[in-house]
Amino acid sequence: MTESNLTDVRQFHPRARAAIDNPQIRQNFRRAMDGLMDKRRMAFEGWDLEALRTLGASVRQDALARLPDLLEQLEEQLTANGVRVHWAVDGDEACRIVTDICKARNARTVIKGKSMVSEEMHLNHHLQQHGIEALESDLGEYIVQLAEETPSHIIMPAIHKNTGEISELMHEKTGTDRSSDVEYLTASARQQLREKFMAADVGVSGVNFAVAETGTLCLVENEGNGRMTTTVPPCHIAVTGIEKVVPTLQDMSALLALLTRSATGQHITTYVNMVSGPRRGNELDGPDEVHVVLVDNGRSGIYQDDELIDTLRCIRCGACMNHCPVYTRVGGHAYGTTYPGPIGKILMPHLIGLDEGRHLPSASSLCGACGEVCPVKIPIPDLLVRLRQESVDGDRLHPAVVNGHGAKRDWKESLAWQTWRLIHANPLAYRLGTSVASRLRTLQPASLGAWTRYRTAPKLAARTLHQRVRERQP
Amino acid sequence: MTDTLKLYPARPEKVYFYGTCLVDLFYPDAGMAGIQLLEREGIEVIFPEQQTCCGQPAWTSGYHDEARAVARQQLNLFPEDWPIVVPSGSCGGMMRKHYPQLFRDTPEQDVANNVAQRVWELTDFLLNVCRIRLTDQGEPVTVAMHTSCSARRELGLAGTGPELLSQLGRVTVVEQARAEECCGFGGTFAVRHPEISAAMVSEKVDTLTATGAREFVTTDCGCLMNVAGYAEKQGHRLSGQHILSFLWERTREQATDEGAASP
Repeated sequence: MTESNLTDVRQFHPRARAAIDNPQIRQNFRRAMDGLMDKRRMAFEGWDLEALRTLGASVRQDALARLPDLLEQLEEQLTANGVRVHWAVDGDEACRIVTDICKARNARTVIKGKSMVSEEMHLNHHLQQHGIEALESDLGEYIVQLAEETPSHIIMPAIHKNTGEISELMHEKTGTDRSSDVEYLTASARQQLREKFMAADVGVSGVNFAVAETGTLCLVENEGNGRMTTTVPPCHIAVTGIEKVVPTLQDMSALLALLTRSATGQHITTYVNMVSGPRRGNELDGPDEVHVVLVDNGRSGIYQDDELIDTLRCIRCGACMNHCPVYTRVGGHAYGTTYPGPIGKILMPHLIGLDEGRHLPSASSLCGACGEVCPVKIPIPDLLVRLRQESVDGDRLHPAVVNGHGAKRDWKESLAWQTWRLIHANPLAYRLGTSVASRLRTLQPASLGAWTRYRTAPKLAARTLHQRVRERQP
Repeated sequence: MTDTLKLYPARPEKVYFYGTCLVDLFYPDAGMAGIQLLEREGIEVIFPEQQTCCGQPAWTSGYHDEARAVARQQLNLFPEDWPIVVPSGSCGGMMRKHYPQLFRDTPEQDVANNVAQRVWELTDFLLNVCRIRLTDQGEPVTVAMHTSCSARRELGLAGTGPELLSQLGRVTVVEQARAEECCGFGGTFAVRHPEISAAMVSEKVDTLTATGAREFVTTDCGCLMNVAGYAEKQGHRLSGQHILSFLWERTREQATDEGAASP
């Protein structure tokens, strides 16, 4: 797949079909998701998970309720810590800010820790256009970058590939010997990355939580690449969505406990980085300069709506995709969006518009597995239904507000629902219609379009329940 | 969605029976089985003749004006304070959880909330309100149980079906792998995204047949027509039944408690 069709969200259907027909993709995702679900289950054993989820949800809810104040406090504290704070309305502005910082330092190479917001901004592409090389240092991101792809999962970007595919890719792109030994492949990537770390002019990272009270940036990771990115290069730029702020360090503890267990089934990640400013005079390590870019990119639009605001609680653990039966079948690339899976379906329409993302909210059976595992209790199925309503302008009492709303409304489907309504809002018409249908059941068509492509048609009963009940009455 | 405290009512004299449109048209036996099970428990069953559809298909498709118009018609069917029982987790979930959302800030808000609080999925009602005791009259058989996602997650009823089945002495219940995973029905999802839905139901049929059971039972007709329809089309030796039909068939000779006799 090329970059262009990977990022075209309107091509969801053909890509989903292609993924379903690809046994390797199907198997890679099924195995990986089964493993992740088991790990999560075991990690929460012995915990009062419901109480913890409620706590997590309330911490995030509280932070969002006070978001404007907390952001001001965060900026104040960061500034006091010697961190330079930048605000970006959208991804383009955020890219410009990062590029300008790099240019001011005559930076030629950037090493990156994992950051989904930078994916959202298409930062690598932007830097490349300005002659700045950006190298991903998270192993999964590194593999995805070698393959010239995009992440297929927000926590495990290369989860769509198995060891054999990765070995082949590394051999082709870096000359690494082919091997099925994961340790050997990892060591080889590590060797190449180490050299890049030492030479990089700037490190770009994401942020898991930004603590307003102390001006601390928290970043969790397992490979040490986040630690290196934020400490080795002379300049560190952290990019983050404006919703990642939490009031206090104590608030963060519940979220941290939920995040790592929900994401990878770990009680804690190997590295928990707490960045609190540039290197001070007597310190030996750390960057001279630290910047934070606070990116809005559609978030303040979501913030305006009492129901949609729940979307912003997300702490990006990926548990919703690990448990999603649709994601497990089609994989992350089918969505063609930065964030795939359930969270992508409720978040991306705000970032790219419901006209572009019109297929996203409907691509769910509303099974509710996502909402059940969400560590901050985002009512994902309810939000999917809300966005379905928005995409067809389906509620006169609650006019649609999301950019691109109504794009999916077409007269044929609209007419079908109006007909459905005429019959079902009129009991007499309904009983007449259903009893006629039962009587004429032998004429029932054997083919019902997409339904009977894979299944037999349900058979109309000889008499409806209404008729059966009426017949037994004396 | 606000979680309301769930308090089971005392065993009532009467209940309203809300049949659902799928049961009405395709699986009336399941509806009749539900009515007969209730009557055998000595409960008078009122079947409001004006009932049509709960409105869920339009609700989940985003056509909320249409859903509201149809749901509004159902709100008037239950004037007295009896429980409303529904042989479906999906329609029960719509009425219990989503009617309050659908009618929020409308003149029907109070009646919608009142109806919602009285709605009970039927396996839940039989087990926890009627405290039914089943005496198995059938031949030994092995079945698998598929609990719908709406019963399992929306209504929190993962256990009621299996618990009812466990009362049947000669029924062996086997559990399929990934029992909690969706069968791929999802209402209009099955036709809007047919390939994804088919990929899901094919794995559901595989895990069900891998148990060795030739039969499965389920709480919802949507899952039933999806799973059984796929198995039939693909030639698998797996047939399905609504759990109420299964329970009634295996216990119909059982002595009647009191009240109306079965026909």
